[in-house]
Amino acid sequence: MSHKSNWPLWEVFVRSSRGLSHVHAGSLHAPDKEMALRNARDLYTRRNEGVSLWVVRSTDIITSDPDSKDAFFESPQGKDYRHATYYKASEGVKHL
Amino acid sequence: MNHEELDASLDSFGDALASATRVTPGNALRPEDIAVAGAKPSDEVAQYALHLGDDALILAQRLSHWISRAPEIEEDIALGNIALDVLGHARSFLTYAGLAWDKSEDDLAYWREEEDFTSLQIVEQPNGHFGVTIMRQLIISIYQHLLYSKLLESTDETIAAICAKAVKEVDYHRDHSAAWTIRLGQGTEESAAKMRHALEVLWPYTGEMFQDEELHRTLGDVAVLPSTLREAWEKEITDVLAEAGLEIPKSGMAMAHGRVGEHSEHLGFILAEMQVLARKHPGASW
Repeated sequence: MSHKSNWPLWEVFVRSSRGLSHVHAGSLHAPDKEMALRNARDLYTRRNEGVSLWVVRSTDIITSDPDSKDAFFESPQGKDYRHATYYKASEGVKHL
Repeated sequence: MNHEELDASLDSFGDALASATRVTPGNALRPEDIAVAGAKPSDEVAQYALHLGDDALILAQRLSHWISRAPEIEEDIALGNIALDVLGHARSFLTYAGLAWDKSEDDLAYWREEEDFTSLQIVEQPNGHFGVTIMRQLIISIYQHLLYSKLLESTDETIAAICAKAVKEVDYHRDHSAAWTIRLGQGTEESAAKMRHALEVLWPYTGEMFQDEELHRTLGDVAVLPSTLREAWEKEITDVLAEAGLEIPKSGMAMAHGRVGEHSEHLGFILAEMQVLARKHPGASW
C-alpha cells in the first residue's frame, strides 16, 4: 500500500436534502475514486447530514486567482442597474 | 431545551438550516425504544437474540480497538463507524433478550462470565494486521447481511425490526470490506500475501457460522437455520475473493462451539478489558 503522502486529495460536496444544492463540506485523502466516496460517506455524513455525495479530485477544480480578485470581482460594484430593484415599476403595470 | 427554545435556536440558524452540516436525528429504532415497548420475548427467543447480540458485541469490542490505531485517519473513522454500528445492533439484541430475564443490556454485557457468552469464535479472533481485520469483517458482514435479510421475515416483530435497521448498516460494512479486500488482494505482492495469510487463519472459524442448533428448530419461523445461509455466503465471498485474486484455503474447520460457551483463549482477555470499568465501579454511569 502506498503511503498516504501518495494518496491524492479529494474535495467533498454534500447535498443535505432533496431540492438543495451540493455544498462543499471539506476534503480528504483516498487512493482512488471509489474509496474517496466511501471515505466521504464515513467522514461527512455520519450525523445524517446528507442524501447525496460528490467527490472531485482537488487538482481537477479550476479556481480563480486570488491575485486577480480586483479584475475579476470588483467590476460589478456600483452597477446598481444590474439589480431588478434599481428599476421602478412603470405606471399602469399590474401584477409586478 | 423545550420546544420553544428549540424553535428559537433553529430560527437563529437562518440559512444555515440549508447548509451541508444540517443535523437530523432520523427516526430509526433505538435500544431505548425496545426497552420501553415491553414486548417480552419467550426464553427461546431471548436466547436467540442473545446469540445475535453476543456476536455483535464481541465484534464491536474487537473493532473498537482500531480507534486511533488505523493506518489512515479516514480508515480510522470508517472502522470506528462500523464498530459503533455493530455495537448498536448488540445493544438492541441484548436489550430485547434481557426483557425475558429482567436484565438490562449492561447486566448482560458486563456481568456475565466467559462461559455465558454465546458468540461465534470468528468474532473473537485477534485483529492481527489490517488485512486480518478486513478479512474477518468481510466474512462476518456477508454472513450478517444474509442473516438479517432473512430475519426481516421473522415472525418475531422485534427481531425483524432490529434487523430492518441493522441490515442497511451491514450492507455497507460488506461493501467496505469487499472494497479493501479487492484492493489489498490486487495490490502489491506483500499486501496479497497478507490477505492470503488472513484467509488461512480465519477460514477454519467459518464452519461454526453455519451449524444448526436445536434452538433454531424449536424457534421455527422466528429464526433462520444457519445451514441455509451457507450456499449464498460461499458464492458471495468466492466472487469477492476471485476479484481480489485470492482463493479459498484448503484448511480444515476448527472445532468451535461458541454458542454453548466454549471459547478460544482470546475471549477472556476481551471481557477483562470490556468489563473492568463496570465491575470496578458498579452502578457508575457515563
